[in-house]
Amino acid sequence: MIRAIGLVKIYQTGGLPVPAVRGVDLVVEPGEFVAIMGPSGSGKSTFVHMLGGLETRTSGEIWLDGKRADTLSESGWAVLRRQKVGFVFQFFNLVTNMTVADNVELPALLGGASPKHARERREYLLAELGLEERASAAPGQLSGGEQQRVALARALANQPRLLLADEPTGNLDSRNTRDVLKLLGKVHRQGQTIVLVTHDARVASMADRVVSLLDGQIVDDAPIARIQRRPGGTAGDIVELRG
Amino acid sequence: MRLPLLALLAKEPAHGYELKQALEVTFGSAYPSPNIGQIYVTLGRLEKDGFVRAVDVEQSNRPNKKVYYLTAAGREALEAWVDEPTEGPRVRDEFFMKLVLAPLTGISDRMALVNRQRRHYLSLMRDLDELAERTDPGNRVARLLIEGAMLHLQADLDWLERCQEDLN
Ligand SMILES: Nc1ncnc2c1ncn2[C@@H]1O[C@H](COP(=O)(O)OP(=O)(O)O)[C@@H](O)[C@H]1O
Ligand SMILES: [Mg+2]
Repeated sequence: MIRAIGLVKIYQTGGLPVPAVRGVDLVVEPGEFVAIMGPSGSGKSTFVHMLGGLETRTSGEIWLDGKRADTLSESGWAVLRRQKVGFVFQFFNLVTNMTVADNVELPALLGGASPKHARERREYLLAELGLEERASAAPGQLSGGEQQRVALARALANQPRLLLADEPTGNLDSRNTRDVLKLLGKVHRQGQTIVLVTHDARVASMADRVVSLLDGQIVDDAPIARIQRRPGGTAGDIVELRG
Repeated sequence: MRLPLLALLAKEPAHGYELKQALEVTFGSAYPSPNIGQIYVTLGRLEKDGFVRAVDVEQSNRPNKKVYYLTAAGREALEAWVDEPTEGPRVRDEFFMKLVLAPLTGISDRMALVNRQRRHYLSLMRDLDELAERTDPGNRVARLLIEGAMLHLQADLDWLERCQEDLN
Protein backbone atom coordinates (compact mmCIF):
# COMPACT_ATOMS: atom_id res chain seq x y z
CA MET A 1 0.00 0.00 0.00
CA ILE A 2 2.59 2.52 1.12
CA ARG A 3 6.31 2.14 1.39
CA ALA A 4 9.04 4.45 2.64
CA ILE A 5 12.65 3.70 1.81
CA GLY A 6 15.50 5.47 3.57
CA LEU A 7 13.35 8.51 4.19
CA VAL A 8 15.25 11.52 5.51
CA LYS A 9 14.16 15.01 6.47
CA ILE A 10 16.60 17.70 7.50
CA TYR A 11 15.04 21.07 8.26
CA GLN A 12 17.26 23.94 7.27
CA THR A 13 15.82 27.11 8.68
CA GLY A 14 18.44 29.75 9.37
CA GLY A 15 21.19 28.38 11.62
CA LEU A 16 21.92 24.72 12.22
CA PRO A 17 20.31 21.95 10.19
CA VAL A 18 17.78 19.93 12.20
CA PRO A 19 17.69 16.24 11.26
CA ALA A 20 14.05 15.35 12.05
CA VAL A 21 13.79 11.99 10.26
CA ARG A 22 16.97 10.02 9.79
CA GLY A 23 16.54 7.13 7.42
CA VAL A 24 13.19 5.47 7.96
CA ASP A 25 12.07 2.31 6.19
CA LEU A 26 8.46 1.28 6.51
CA VAL A 27 6.08 -0.95 4.59
CA VAL A 28 2.35 -0.84 5.29
CA GLU A 29 0.20 -3.52 3.69
CA PRO A 30 -3.32 -2.84 2.40
CA GLY A 31 -5.81 -2.98 5.25
CA GLU A 32 -3.15 -2.69 7.92
CA PHE A 33 -3.45 -0.32 10.88
CA VAL A 34 -0.08 1.00 12.04
CA ALA A 35 0.32 3.22 15.09
CA ILE A 36 3.37 5.46 15.35
CA MET A 37 4.51 6.38 18.83
CA GLY A 38 7.48 8.18 20.31
CA PRO A 39 8.45 11.14 22.44
CA SER A 40 7.72 14.68 21.40
CA GLY A 41 10.25 15.85 18.82
CA SER A 42 11.09 12.33 17.63
CA GLY A 43 9.93 13.12 14.08
CA LYS A 44 6.44 11.57 14.02
CA SER A 45 4.64 14.54 12.48
CA THR A 46 7.38 15.17 9.96
CA PHE A 47 7.26 11.53 8.93
CA VAL A 48 3.49 11.28 8.32
CA HIS A 49 3.46 14.66 6.60
CA MET A 50 6.07 13.34 4.19
CA LEU A 51 4.00 10.20 3.60
CA GLY A 52 1.10 12.44 2.58
CA GLY A 53 3.24 14.72 0.45
CA LEU A 54 2.60 17.63 2.80
CA GLU A 55 6.27 18.05 3.55
CA THR A 56 9.10 17.53 1.08
CA ARG A 57 11.68 14.86 1.79
CA THR A 58 15.40 15.56 1.90
CA SER A 59 16.17 12.12 0.51
CA GLY A 60 14.65 8.66 0.22
CA GLU A 61 11.66 7.26 -1.62
CA ILE A 62 7.91 7.02 -1.08
CA TRP A 63 5.82 4.52 -2.99
CA LEU A 64 2.04 4.58 -2.94
CA ASP A 65 0.06 1.77 -4.55
CA GLY A 66 3.13 0.66 -6.46
CA LYS A 67 3.84 4.11 -7.89
CA ARG A 68 6.70 6.38 -6.97
CA ALA A 69 5.27 9.43 -5.20
CA ASP A 70 8.18 11.35 -3.70
CA THR A 71 9.17 12.74 -7.09
CA LEU A 72 5.73 14.26 -7.71
CA SER A 73 5.25 18.01 -7.94
CA GLU A 74 3.06 19.77 -5.41
CA SER A 75 0.09 19.63 -7.78
CA GLY A 76 0.82 15.98 -8.54
CA TRP A 77 0.63 15.27 -4.81
CA ALA A 78 -2.60 17.25 -4.55
CA VAL A 79 -4.22 15.05 -7.18
CA LEU A 80 -2.90 11.89 -5.53
CA ARG A 81 -4.24 12.95 -2.12
CA ARG A 82 -7.62 13.78 -3.58
CA GLN A 83 -7.82 10.31 -5.06
CA LYS A 84 -6.24 8.19 -2.41
CA VAL A 85 -5.23 9.81 0.86
CA GLY A 86 -7.20 11.24 3.77
CA PHE A 87 -5.19 13.31 6.25
CA VAL A 88 -6.13 14.33 9.79
CA PHE A 89 -3.93 17.17 11.00
CA GLN A 90 -2.97 17.64 14.61
CA PHE A 91 -4.48 21.14 14.46
CA PHE A 92 -7.49 20.33 12.25
CA ASN A 93 -6.88 22.77 9.32
CA LEU A 94 -10.60 23.18 8.64
CA VAL A 95 -11.76 25.81 6.17
CA THR A 96 -13.01 28.51 8.53
CA ASN A 97 -15.49 30.26 6.24
CA MET A 98 -17.33 27.08 5.29
CA THR A 99 -19.86 25.14 7.35
CA VAL A 100 -18.96 21.86 8.98
CA ALA A 101 -21.10 20.06 6.40
CA ASP A 102 -19.31 21.73 3.49
CA ASN A 103 -15.91 21.02 5.03
CA VAL A 104 -16.73 17.33 5.09
CA GLU A 105 -18.40 17.18 1.67
CA LEU A 106 -15.73 19.13 -0.16
CA PRO A 107 -13.12 16.39 -0.54
CA ALA A 108 -15.75 13.95 -1.80
CA LEU A 109 -16.97 16.48 -4.36
CA LEU A 110 -13.41 17.26 -5.43
CA GLY A 111 -12.82 13.54 -5.73
CA GLY A 112 -15.69 13.32 -8.20
CA ALA A 113 -18.54 12.04 -6.03
CA SER A 114 -22.11 13.13 -6.88
CA PRO A 115 -23.59 15.81 -4.57
CA LYS A 116 -26.12 13.27 -3.32
CA HIS A 117 -23.45 10.72 -2.51
CA ALA A 118 -21.25 13.36 -0.87
CA ARG A 119 -24.15 14.46 1.31
CA GLU A 120 -25.07 10.94 2.35
CA ARG A 121 -21.49 10.15 3.25
CA ARG A 122 -21.22 13.38 5.25
CA GLU A 123 -24.44 12.65 7.14
CA TYR A 124 -23.23 9.16 7.97
CA LEU A 125 -19.80 10.30 9.21
CA LEU A 126 -21.08 13.21 11.28
CA ALA A 127 -23.67 10.96 12.90
CA GLU A 128 -21.03 8.34 13.74
CA LEU A 129 -19.00 11.02 15.48
CA GLY A 130 -21.95 12.52 17.34
CA LEU A 131 -21.87 15.74 15.31
CA GLU A 132 -25.12 15.65 13.32
CA GLU A 133 -26.37 18.70 15.23
CA ARG A 134 -23.33 20.75 14.26
CA ALA A 135 -23.55 20.35 10.49
CA SER A 136 -24.49 23.96 9.74
CA ALA A 137 -22.09 25.52 12.27
CA ALA A 138 -18.86 27.23 11.31
CA PRO A 139 -15.67 25.54 12.57
CA GLY A 140 -14.94 28.56 14.77
CA GLN A 141 -18.10 27.89 16.76
CA LEU A 142 -16.92 24.40 17.67
CA SER A 143 -14.79 23.21 20.57
CA GLY A 144 -11.35 21.81 19.82
CA GLY A 145 -12.64 18.28 20.29
CA GLU A 146 -15.50 18.85 17.86
CA GLN A 147 -13.19 20.36 15.26
CA GLN A 148 -10.91 17.37 15.61
CA ARG A 149 -13.81 15.01 14.88
CA VAL A 150 -14.88 17.08 11.90
CA ALA A 151 -11.32 16.80 10.61
CA LEU A 152 -11.57 13.02 10.87
CA ALA A 153 -14.93 13.00 9.08
CA ARG A 154 -13.44 15.12 6.32
CA ALA A 155 -10.46 12.79 5.93
CA LEU A 156 -12.80 9.80 5.57
CA ALA A 157 -15.31 11.54 3.28
CA ASN A 158 -13.67 10.28 0.16
CA GLN A 159 -13.25 6.71 1.38
CA PRO A 160 -9.52 7.10 0.80
CA ARG A 161 -7.28 4.10 0.23
CA LEU A 162 -4.98 5.41 2.95
CA LEU A 163 -5.86 7.32 6.10
CA LEU A 164 -2.99 9.30 7.65
CA ALA A 165 -3.60 10.94 11.01
CA ASP A 166 -1.43 13.00 13.33
CA GLU A 167 -2.64 12.65 16.94
CA PRO A 168 -6.33 12.60 16.01
CA THR A 169 -7.45 12.29 19.63
CA GLY A 170 -4.99 14.80 21.07
CA ASN A 171 -7.75 17.28 21.87
CA LEU A 172 -10.51 14.90 22.91
CA ASP A 173 -11.88 13.93 26.29
CA SER A 174 -12.40 10.27 26.99
CA ARG A 175 -15.99 10.10 25.74
CA ASN A 176 -15.18 11.77 22.43
CA THR A 177 -12.10 9.60 22.14
CA ARG A 178 -14.42 6.61 22.40
CA ASP A 179 -16.48 7.83 19.41
CA VAL A 180 -13.32 8.27 17.36
CA LEU A 181 -12.04 4.84 18.42
CA LYS A 182 -15.30 3.22 17.41
CA LEU A 183 -15.25 4.82 13.97
CA LEU A 184 -11.59 3.96 13.43
CA GLY A 185 -12.29 0.37 14.44
CA LYS A 186 -15.23 0.20 12.09
CA VAL A 187 -13.45 1.56 9.01
CA HIS A 188 -10.44 -0.61 9.80
CA ARG A 189 -12.64 -3.70 9.87
CA GLN A 190 -14.01 -2.60 6.50
CA GLY A 191 -10.47 -2.70 5.14
CA GLN A 192 -9.26 0.86 5.66
CA THR A 193 -5.47 1.18 5.72
CA ILE A 194 -4.44 3.49 8.57
CA VAL A 195 -1.17 5.07 9.61
CA LEU A 196 -1.70 7.08 12.74
CA VAL A 197 0.51 9.00 15.16
CA THR A 198 -0.66 8.84 18.75
CA HIS A 199 0.29 9.13 22.40
CA ASP A 200 -2.98 7.59 23.45
CA ALA A 201 -2.54 3.99 24.53
CA ARG A 202 -6.18 3.20 23.78
CA VAL A 203 -5.81 4.36 20.20
CA ALA A 204 -2.47 2.61 19.73
CA SER A 205 -3.81 -0.62 21.21
CA MET A 206 -6.28 -0.90 18.33
CA ALA A 207 -3.48 -1.05 15.77
CA ASP A 208 -2.13 -4.22 14.24
CA ARG A 209 1.41 -2.95 14.64
CA VAL A 210 3.25 -0.30 16.63
CA VAL A 211 6.22 1.57 15.24
CA SER A 212 8.27 3.53 17.77
CA LEU A 213 10.36 6.49 16.73
CA LEU A 214 13.22 7.94 18.72
CA ASP A 215 15.40 10.76 17.41
CA GLY A 216 14.08 10.35 13.89
CA GLN A 217 14.72 6.63 13.67
CA ILE A 218 12.60 3.53 14.10
CA VAL A 219 13.62 1.70 17.27
CA ASP A 220 10.79 -0.82 17.32
CA ASP A 221 8.35 -2.20 14.78
CA ALA A 222 6.23 -5.16 15.88
CA PRO A 223 2.67 -6.38 16.24
CA ILE A 224 0.70 -6.07 19.48
CA ALA A 225 0.21 -9.53 20.95
CA ARG A 226 -3.10 -10.78 22.28
CA ILE A 227 -3.20 -11.56 25.94
CA GLN A 228 -4.15 -15.08 26.90
CA ARG A 229 -6.95 -14.32 29.25
CA ARG A 230 -9.19 -16.37 31.45
CA PRO A 231 -12.60 -16.46 29.81
CA GLY A 232 -15.38 -14.47 31.42
CA GLY A 233 -13.01 -12.10 33.20
CA THR A 234 -14.60 -9.15 34.97
CA ALA A 235 -13.60 -5.83 36.43
CA GLY A 236 -12.78 -7.72 39.62
CA ASP A 237 -9.68 -9.08 37.88
CA ILE A 238 -8.05 -5.69 37.53
CA VAL A 239 -8.60 -4.05 40.86
CA GLU A 240 -7.04 -4.28 44.20
CA LEU A 241 -9.13 -2.14 46.48
CA ARG A 242 -7.55 -1.56 49.82
CA GLY A 243 -8.96 -0.32 53.08
CA MET B 1 -11.82 -4.91 54.81
CA ARG B 2 -12.19 -3.35 58.27
CA LEU B 3 -13.34 0.06 57.13
CA PRO B 4 -15.83 -1.06 54.48
CA LEU B 5 -17.45 -3.21 57.16
CA LEU B 6 -17.63 -0.26 59.55
CA ALA B 7 -19.17 1.82 56.76
CA LEU B 8 -21.84 -0.80 56.08
CA LEU B 9 -22.62 -1.08 59.78
CA ALA B 10 -22.97 2.72 60.00
CA LYS B 11 -26.02 2.33 57.80
CA GLU B 12 -27.65 -0.38 59.91
CA PRO B 13 -26.78 -3.27 62.20
CA ALA B 14 -26.25 -6.52 60.32
CA HIS B 15 -25.02 -10.05 60.73
CA GLY B 16 -22.03 -11.44 58.92
CA TYR B 17 -23.81 -12.91 55.96
CA GLU B 18 -25.75 -9.71 55.32
CA LEU B 19 -22.47 -7.80 55.26
CA LYS B 20 -21.05 -10.17 52.68
CA GLN B 21 -24.11 -9.65 50.51
CA ALA B 22 -24.02 -5.89 50.92
CA LEU B 23 -20.38 -5.82 49.79
CA GLU B 24 -21.28 -7.81 46.71
CA VAL B 25 -24.23 -5.59 45.83
CA THR B 26 -22.23 -2.39 46.32
CA PHE B 27 -19.14 -3.32 44.34
CA GLY B 28 -20.42 -6.04 42.05
CA SER B 29 -17.63 -7.95 40.41
CA ALA B 30 -15.27 -5.04 41.01
CA TYR B 31 -14.41 -6.17 44.52
CA PRO B 32 -12.91 -9.59 45.07
CA SER B 33 -15.72 -11.10 47.10
CA PRO B 34 -14.52 -12.04 50.61
CA ASN B 35 -15.48 -15.38 52.04
CA ILE B 36 -17.71 -15.51 55.08
CA GLY B 37 -14.86 -16.75 57.27
CA GLN B 38 -12.79 -13.63 56.53
CA ILE B 39 -15.74 -11.48 57.43
CA TYR B 40 -16.22 -13.13 60.80
CA VAL B 41 -12.51 -12.92 61.58
CA THR B 42 -12.54 -9.19 60.77
CA LEU B 43 -15.68 -8.61 62.81
CA GLY B 44 -14.03 -10.40 65.74
CA ARG B 45 -11.04 -8.07 65.56
CA LEU B 46 -13.25 -5.00 65.27
CA GLU B 47 -15.13 -6.17 68.33
CA LYS B 48 -11.88 -6.63 70.27
CA ASP B 49 -10.85 -3.08 69.33
CA GLY B 50 -14.18 -1.77 70.61
CA PHE B 51 -15.37 -0.55 67.19
CA VAL B 52 -18.34 -2.89 66.96
CA ARG B 53 -20.40 -4.85 69.43
CA ALA B 54 -22.47 -7.95 68.87
CA VAL B 55 -25.83 -8.97 70.28
CA ASP B 56 -27.22 -12.46 70.11
CA VAL B 57 -30.55 -12.65 68.41
CA GLU B 58 -32.62 -15.73 68.99
CA GLN B 59 -34.02 -17.48 65.99
CA SER B 60 -36.75 -20.09 66.09
CA ASN B 61 -35.42 -23.59 65.36
CA ARG B 62 -31.97 -22.30 64.36
CA PRO B 63 -28.93 -21.35 66.39
CA ASN B 64 -28.73 -17.76 67.61
CA LYS B 65 -27.19 -15.32 65.22
CA LYS B 66 -24.89 -12.45 66.10
CA VAL B 67 -25.99 -9.05 64.92
CA TYR B 68 -23.25 -6.45 64.87
CA TYR B 69 -23.64 -2.75 65.41
CA LEU B 70 -21.27 0.22 65.36
CA THR B 71 -19.99 1.73 68.62
CA ALA B 72 -19.18 5.43 69.13
CA ALA B 73 -15.47 4.58 68.81
CA GLY B 74 -16.26 2.72 65.59
CA ARG B 75 -18.06 5.72 64.17
CA GLU B 76 -15.11 7.94 65.08
CA ALA B 77 -12.67 5.63 63.35
CA LEU B 78 -14.89 5.55 60.28
CA GLU B 79 -15.22 9.32 60.15
CA ALA B 80 -11.48 9.77 60.55
CA TRP B 81 -10.90 7.35 57.68
CA VAL B 82 -13.32 9.09 55.32
CA ASP B 83 -12.07 12.51 56.34
CA GLU B 84 -8.34 12.08 55.83
CA PRO B 85 -6.77 12.34 52.38
CA THR B 86 -5.95 8.94 50.90
CA GLU B 87 -2.33 8.08 50.19
CA GLY B 88 -1.60 8.19 46.42
CA PRO B 89 -0.40 5.00 44.78
CA ARG B 90 3.31 4.55 45.31
CA VAL B 91 5.48 3.84 42.33
CA ARG B 92 6.55 0.29 42.99
CA ASP B 93 7.49 -0.75 39.57
CA GLU B 94 9.27 -4.01 38.98
CA PHE B 95 9.95 -3.08 35.40
CA PHE B 96 11.81 0.05 36.43
CA MET B 97 13.95 -2.07 38.72
CA LYS B 98 14.81 -4.34 35.80
CA LEU B 99 15.58 -1.39 33.58
CA VAL B 100 17.96 0.23 36.04
CA LEU B 101 19.69 -3.01 36.99
CA ALA B 102 19.84 -4.45 33.47
CA PRO B 103 23.47 -3.50 32.79
CA LEU B 104 24.55 -5.24 36.02
CA THR B 105 22.95 -8.47 34.89
CA GLY B 106 24.79 -8.39 31.60
CA ILE B 107 21.56 -7.59 29.76
CA SER B 108 22.48 -4.11 28.75
CA ASP B 109 19.98 -3.66 25.95
CA ARG B 110 17.61 -1.30 27.67
CA MET B 111 16.09 -0.32 24.36
CA ALA B 112 14.84 -3.87 23.83
CA LEU B 113 13.44 -4.01 27.37
CA VAL B 114 11.53 -0.77 26.89
CA ASN B 115 10.18 -1.84 23.52
CA ARG B 116 8.93 -5.15 24.83
CA GLN B 117 7.33 -3.48 27.81
CA ARG B 118 5.58 -0.92 25.60
CA ARG B 119 4.01 -3.64 23.52
CA HIS B 120 2.98 -5.45 26.68
CA TYR B 121 1.25 -2.33 28.03
CA LEU B 122 -0.59 -1.94 24.74
CA SER B 123 -1.75 -5.56 24.93
CA LEU B 124 -3.03 -4.87 28.43
CA MET B 125 -4.83 -1.79 27.16
CA ARG B 126 -6.50 -3.76 24.42
CA ASP B 127 -7.56 -6.27 27.03
CA LEU B 128 -9.06 -3.51 29.18
CA ASP B 129 -10.89 -2.12 26.18
CA GLU B 130 -12.46 -5.49 25.53
CA LEU B 131 -13.35 -5.78 29.19
CA ALA B 132 -15.02 -2.36 28.99
CA GLU B 133 -16.99 -3.52 25.97
CA ARG B 134 -18.29 -6.54 27.86
CA THR B 135 -19.11 -4.62 31.04
CA ASP B 136 -22.71 -3.63 31.63
CA PRO B 137 -22.83 0.15 31.01
CA GLY B 138 -25.17 0.44 33.99
CA ASN B 139 -22.46 -0.87 36.31
CA ARG B 140 -20.88 2.44 37.18
CA VAL B 141 -18.49 1.11 39.79
CA ALA B 142 -16.99 -1.41 37.38
CA ARG B 143 -16.85 1.15 34.58
CA LEU B 144 -15.00 3.68 36.69
CA LEU B 145 -12.54 1.08 37.88
CA ILE B 146 -11.74 0.07 34.32
CA GLU B 147 -11.31 3.70 33.38
CA GLY B 148 -8.98 4.16 36.34
CA ALA B 149 -6.92 1.17 35.26
CA MET B 150 -6.68 2.64 31.75
CA LEU B 151 -5.49 5.99 33.03
CA HIS B 152 -2.83 4.31 35.16
CA LEU B 153 -1.69 2.32 32.17
CA GLN B 154 -1.44 5.49 30.10
CA ALA B 155 0.73 7.04 32.80
CA ASP B 156 2.95 3.94 32.81
CA LEU B 157 3.35 4.23 29.07
CA ASP B 158 4.23 7.92 29.25
CA TRP B 159 6.77 7.17 31.92
CA LEU B 160 8.24 4.40 29.79
CA GLU B 161 8.76 6.94 27.03
CA ARG B 162 10.61 9.20 29.45
CA CYS B 163 12.80 6.29 30.51
CA GLN B 164 13.60 5.52 26.89
CA GLU B 165 14.54 9.12 26.18
CA ASP B 166 16.73 9.48 29.25
CA LEU B 167 18.40 6.13 29.73
CA ASN B 168 19.63 5.69 26.18
N1 LIG C 1 9.13 23.42 10.16
C1 LIG C 1 10.18 23.09 10.92
N2 LIG C 1 11.33 23.76 10.87
C2 LIG C 1 12.39 23.43 11.63
N3 LIG C 1 12.40 22.39 12.47
C3 LIG C 1 11.29 21.65 12.57
C4 LIG C 1 10.12 21.96 11.81
N4 LIG C 1 9.15 21.05 12.12
C5 LIG C 1 9.69 20.22 13.04
N5 LIG C 1 10.97 20.57 13.31
C6 LIG C 1 11.90 19.87 14.23
O1 LIG C 1 12.00 18.53 13.80
C7 LIG C 1 12.02 17.64 14.91
C8 LIG C 1 10.87 16.65 14.78
O2 LIG C 1 9.65 17.36 14.90
P1 LIG C 1 8.23 16.67 14.71
O3 LIG C 1 8.24 15.92 13.44
O4 LIG C 1 7.21 17.72 14.87
O5 LIG C 1 8.22 15.65 15.94
P2 LIG C 1 6.98 14.99 16.74
O6 LIG C 1 5.77 15.08 15.86
O7 LIG C 1 7.44 13.59 17.01
O8 LIG C 1 6.84 15.76 17.99
C9 LIG C 1 11.97 18.51 16.14
O9 LIG C 1 13.27 18.71 16.60
C10 LIG C 1 11.36 19.79 15.63
O10 LIG C 1 11.79 20.88 16.40
MG1 LIG D 1 3.87 16.00 16.26
